[in-house]
Amino acid sequence: MTATAESSAPAGEIPAITVTLRILRTIPEGTEEHGPGESYWQEFTIEAHATDRVLDALHKIKWEQDGSLAFRRSCAHGVCGSDAMRINARNRLACKTLLKDLNPAKPIIVEPLKGLPVEKDLIVDMEPFFASYREIMPFLMPTGAVPERERLQSPADRQKFDDTTKCILCAACTTSCPVFWTDGQYFGPQAIVGAHRFIFDSRDEGQWERLEVLNDKAGVWKCRTAFNCTEACPRGIEVTKAISEVKKALTTGEF
Amino acid sequence: MTHHEYDVVIVGAGGAGMRAALESSERSRTAVLTKLYPTRSHTGAAQGGMAAALANVEDDSAEWHVFDTIKGGDYLVDQDAAEILCREAIDAVLDLEKMGLPFNRTPEGKVDQRRFGGHTRNHGEAAVRRACYSADRTGHMILQTLYQQCIKQGVEFFNEFYVLDVILDKDPQATPAGEEVSVTGVVALELATGEIHTFAAKSVVFATGGAGKVFKTTSNAHTLTGDGMAIALGAGLPLEDMEFFQFHPTGLAGLGILLSEAARGEGGILRNSEGERFMERYAPTIKDLAPRDMVARAMANEVREGRGAGPHKDYVLLDLTHLEPAHIDEKLPDITEFARTYLGVEPYTEPVPVYPTAHYAMGGIPTNVTGQVLRSNSEPVTGLYAAGECACVSVHGANRLGTNSLLDINVFGRRAGIAAAEHAATVASVPVMADDAASGVETLVATLRGSVGAGTERVADLRKALQETMDRNVQVFRDADSLEEARGVIADVKARYANVGIHDRGTRYNTDLLEAIELKFLIDLSEVVIAGALAREESRGGHYREDFPKRDDEKFLHHTMAYGTADGVRLDTKPVVITTYQPMERKY
Repeated sequence: MTATAESSAPAGEIPAITVTLRILRTIPEGTEEHGPGESYWQEFTIEAHATDRVLDALHKIKWEQDGSLAFRRSCAHGVCGSDAMRINARNRLACKTLLKDLNPAKPIIVEPLKGLPVEKDLIVDMEPFFASYREIMPFLMPTGAVPERERLQSPADRQKFDDTTKCILCAACTTSCPVFWTDGQYFGPQAIVGAHRFIFDSRDEGQWERLEVLNDKAGVWKCRTAFNCTEACPRGIEVTKAISEVKKALTTGEF
Repeated sequence: MTHHEYDVVIVGAGGAGMRAALESSERSRTAVLTKLYPTRSHTGAAQGGMAAALANVEDDSAEWHVFDTIKGGDYLVDQDAAEILCREAIDAVLDLEKMGLPFNRTPEGKVDQRRFGGHTRNHGEAAVRRACYSADRTGHMILQTLYQQCIKQGVEFFNEFYVLDVILDKDPQATPAGEEVSVTGVVALELATGEIHTFAAKSVVFATGGAGKVFKTTSNAHTLTGDGMAIALGAGLPLEDMEFFQFHPTGLAGLGILLSEAARGEGGILRNSEGERFMERYAPTIKDLAPRDMVARAMANEVREGRGAGPHKDYVLLDLTHLEPAHIDEKLPDITEFARTYLGVEPYTEPVPVYPTAHYAMGGIPTNVTGQVLRSNSEPVTGLYAAGECACVSVHGANRLGTNSLLDINVFGRRAGIAAAEHAATVASVPVMADDAASGVETLVATLRGSVGAGTERVADLRKALQETMDRNVQVFRDADSLEEARGVIADVKARYANVGIHDRGTRYNTDLLEAIELKFLIDLSEVVIAGALAREESRGGHYREDFPKRDDEKFLHHTMAYGTADGVRLDTKPVVITTYQPMERKY
């Protein structure tokens, strides 16, 4: 039979390692040492395997040491977008980050995403993020009569927006953006990615409505091309490129 | 406690729940209650495709699809339901395309299609291209597209509201046949605050997904703990065919992460340690594209007979190395990335270690073809509906064909949404929930909160014991001894659960409490799976008894109906609906 679901890897014996996680905690009700909503660091040391995910390490802490540690997760393999967090000062999915890629000799620093209100420990309020997504009208806006069969689209036209269809709405990009942290109004890169997916879809006729939203003061021109978003994206979407294509569409009218 | 009233309440926001919501919110005041943000639902992890006989790339027909579904399900499929599934498939795909779903395209610009296990031309002649797809992220695209349409339509979501009970006006087991039993609403825990909410509704739709976490090695999300099924069981409703669980052949070895059957549809080959394409021995005609139950058993058998690969000879190999890297990148980008990320294997040049992983519950809450939940073999509960993996109509019978589940959620999610709204339109006022409707949930939550510092059993330890025995004893191969052993372990886990203790004292986002409740659901469902598997002394589809290796139509061509009682699981049977296709031996 196979090995366990929470530790891993079939190829040979994976040696156990000792890892320390330094987690930024916030307990809304407070603890004996910390007031309600006060943030503080707590270290946990666990035995793990180098091929374990950071999510496995968090589960080990929660299941064996401190059940109150709170974080979101679901699929555990990088497709649902629940467990984006700051790991060693970079936004990543805990389920897609392996301990061996983090220099487990040093404490692994785990914090909630920046720029969204912290609810508890690693859980942030996602509502402002989803509100920006809704703002850009993320749905197909076709015109003309509804055809009986499918709308035709050439493979080349389909390819134009392929990259931005991969988005899982994890918020890693938006909450890595220095403009988003400080501006308070900027939609953030994800909303532009979400708009790109439709603007460059040959079946869509809502481009100008969306571009108008993005041309707004909270929109695409706020981007300072820091590239943090592209580095943060766990799906490998070229976020900065998508933003520049939207900027170009706004100035040239070509898409 | 806060009380809400709606025409329709939908529980769950995966594919089935959102497809239902799109229909019902157009027609009635609808709320969607979901444990997770909608886009976190496990529909998004589905990869390979959605079956429909569009015949865009080669000759195909809905009738062939019906036959394949019935044969694939080892003749335990209700044939009237399968006909609906396959005939409505074509519109289901076209509807999604019109909503904006970015399908892969043929050179002419039509929705492209590819091969998948068990889907054949003309009743088994050869594999047919029937799966409509978007690379290997078809489920992701369906989930995103449905969510986008829900935004467009202004569907009202209650995110991170965990439904823990369904309230009926009468005890469905104590109420005599012929007397009406109706739903009055649901009770939910708001995760952000810890507050308990009651939602009275004229119609309730359960679309809560699967229960893969009863097993240790599973492709399912951590959150797939069979909540809806266990809630129905607890409310005195039956569960159907729960002994039929699908083990997907190609889980990443050791991890269970899904690698789509599309890998084989695109030409991938399974090999044992000797490099042999062993499926040629087990299914000479369609080989690696045989139905999942057969492939999973063949893999487990290769390992058992010493032809497993790797240092422990405990997995087989999925070989894609003969495919062009560009083809892999275009058609299978995500799953090859999973192999790289989690196993450090480069699929361009190295075969990928794989082993069967618990994937899909064929059984669930019994419904008729309009999605109405049944409280007996034939009587529906007024106003209560279910769709998707948590339901059993039954279109998958003893073994689901790949790409039929993304189809199922769209076809029967839509039907349930329409039926729920149409029923609500006939009811004058929102039903009154009993004064003590929330008492069961209040007691459960209060007990678990009270266990902080008192209970001595850890949730994680009990869950591990449960999942390990299910993996060891109730997986691809089962027999009376293994099932009895599992039954004993589950009984022990259940006894220890009485003394479970959580650690989080808080009210807000108490995920510790949540996991303790989920564990209770897993225990209840494991009991049902084992009871059904013990009673079914035959082998059919995903249920394989080594002590009864043959299908036995004389004794077991019927559905299992399991009821929860004070004395444990009570089993009954229900006839299979056979319209056109008489059971035959299943060969590929």
